[in-house]
Amino acid sequence: MSHRQDITCLLQGHSFIELSARERAHSLLDAGSSRELAGPFDRQYSPWLSAQGIVAQADDGVVICKGLLDGQPAVVAAIEGGFQGGSLGEVGGAKLACALELAAADNRQSIPTRAVILFETGGVRLQEANLGLAAIAEIHSAIADLSRYQPVVGIIAGTVGCFGGMSIAAGMCSYLIVTREARLGLNGPQVIEQEAGMAEYDSRNRPFIWSLTGGEQRQACGLADALVEDDTPLIRQQLLDFIACGLPAEPRHRRSQHMLQRLLTMDSTTQADAASARQLFQSGARP
Amino acid sequence: MSQASISQRGRDWFHALCGQASLQQGLPPSLLVADGELAGQPARYVAVVADPENPFVRARHGEVGLLEGWALAATIDAAVDADQQHAHKRAIVAIIDVPSQAYGRREEAYGIHQALAAAAAAYARARLAGHPVIGLIVGKAMSGAFLAHGYQANRLLALNDAGVMVHAMGKQAAARITLRTVEELEKLAASIAPMAYDIASYASLGLLWRLLKAEQPDQPTPADVQLVHTALTEALRDIQADPQPDLRQRLHGEHRQATRQVRALLQQQWTQNGG
Amino acid sequence: MEKLHLEYPAGAPATQRVLVGVVASGDLEILITPAPAGRCHITIHSAADGSATRWRAQLERLFADGKAAAMQMEINDFAATPGVISLRLAQALEELSA
Repeated sequence: MSHRQDITCLLQGHSFIELSARERAHSLLDAGSSRELAGPFDRQYSPWLSAQGIVAQADDGVVICKGLLDGQPAVVAAIEGGFQGGSLGEVGGAKLACALELAAADNRQSIPTRAVILFETGGVRLQEANLGLAAIAEIHSAIADLSRYQPVVGIIAGTVGCFGGMSIAAGMCSYLIVTREARLGLNGPQVIEQEAGMAEYDSRNRPFIWSLTGGEQRQACGLADALVEDDTPLIRQQLLDFIACGLPAEPRHRRSQHMLQRLLTMDSTTQADAASARQLFQSGARP
Repeated sequence: MSQASISQRGRDWFHALCGQASLQQGLPPSLLVADGELAGQPARYVAVVADPENPFVRARHGEVGLLEGWALAATIDAAVDADQQHAHKRAIVAIIDVPSQAYGRREEAYGIHQALAAAAAAYARARLAGHPVIGLIVGKAMSGAFLAHGYQANRLLALNDAGVMVHAMGKQAAARITLRTVEELEKLAASIAPMAYDIASYASLGLLWRLLKAEQPDQPTPADVQLVHTALTEALRDIQADPQPDLRQRLHGEHRQATRQVRALLQQQWTQNGG
Repeated sequence: MEKLHLEYPAGAPATQRVLVGVVASGDLEILITPAPAGRCHITIHSAADGSATRWRAQLERLFADGKAAAMQMEINDFAATPGVISLRLAQALEELSA
């Protein structure tokens, strides 16, 4: 009986994670309003991947859709985690940065375009290293600019997660929505293990990694604002709720004095775990 | 990671450039901050340096870690807040010699991404508020460390020297992650400009405003300091003459054609169909 | 990486564009755009070296009779299995006639 209910639920479910980046973007915008820009049929392939004998994707793994959110102008930028680990190269990075810049320019002309970024990304695409890094700096700049006018909402649904320079972008967003399948961290587990050794970070110990960087933990620490089920209508509703809140009174990244004091007075000799992280952020949760 | 020699360049150039200005107190020792002047105008000089006593052990070689990220944010935000009512905003000069972000368990658990986001956001906020922000690369400018310290500058200047390097990942680590040998990686990098590790290839991407040839990048001579001072002054004037506080000046590089093409396309489609 | 061009006789021009799939591990992306009547032009970029014979066989089955709509088909294959390829091709052609 319960098994049958599970199956029925699954069949009727509206998993967001199972959607492609393009489907995710379309599913968040008001029905019928979504229009893709610089899409696959414009064939903006990465010039660097084919030069290295790597099969490229026609949209370079970044989908930009313009449309309406609750009747207001919006742009959704979705990263396709399946293509090259959601890594950002020159073209995809430029699409994302430029879309956010155009949204900011709209606001300067009294068009209240808001932006949503769907993060599924390992960060810089190493095959385009410095151009990926440069584009990410431009994305940071654009988020800083746009978030003066309108909330920029980040969503990390999973299952790739959000790492590298794009985790910094996530940390600059006005609001961040995660699921239990999300992970958020600066450095990928394999890289930390390589750099610091297995005793410091065991990249094969999945429960350990999830306990530190998983969506539930990040939300409990106040590093994300909402923990939502993997359900498209629920995620969309949470997005609309945050947009309705307007700009946050104190963005997460503006708490430097507080965080600096907490870090300087904590016991940094003891190795970290999920509990010590929650303790560090305990009085750090936003009102 | 390699425990190889710790670079002193950031520290040396910081002291060479801000001269007698006194260090700001109350910050972690890994952050050097002083309010001096540039071309007769107030300027805040900022460098991240190695602190062998750093309470966070994974950040003792000059890495940008938790303390460094939040402290950078605090000092930049403080400058922006202090100058809020002033028509003339002080310049901010980031002296960049950062080998990497800090890799460690404490770092991930305690949200190093958020610390670096705070620093990047603070630099961007300063630039958007009208502070001329100049990034001077004197050594390594690697990945997340560079994103947090310097990459938001209006203008980037670098010393033209083999010890100067901008990259997303160190050579050895990048080779391992992309399943290549270091030799294979170097061979690829020779034909793929964005993958190259030398500063001349980086310059071909158009991200630098100017490349400077110092005689002794490790121990700057008075002539070297003069050269850099002049270049910083010119950068300051260039920024102050530029009506745009954004990063568009970086888009003209020889090897950024695809960037320009896709941006033009997106811009054109943005306003089509009344959308 | 292997690059292949194949051509087949075809009927009237396709009437719409179609996109299916992603260039993810074991998957592929197919883009279809209408072409002038009479020919199908198929370009394949495949991560699987030595896959030309297999691709010819699979496409032959679908296009040799010359009844398909005239189109440009672009395939970006990240080492998909023959099963996944069949599935994606069927999906693309179904969406084309929808």
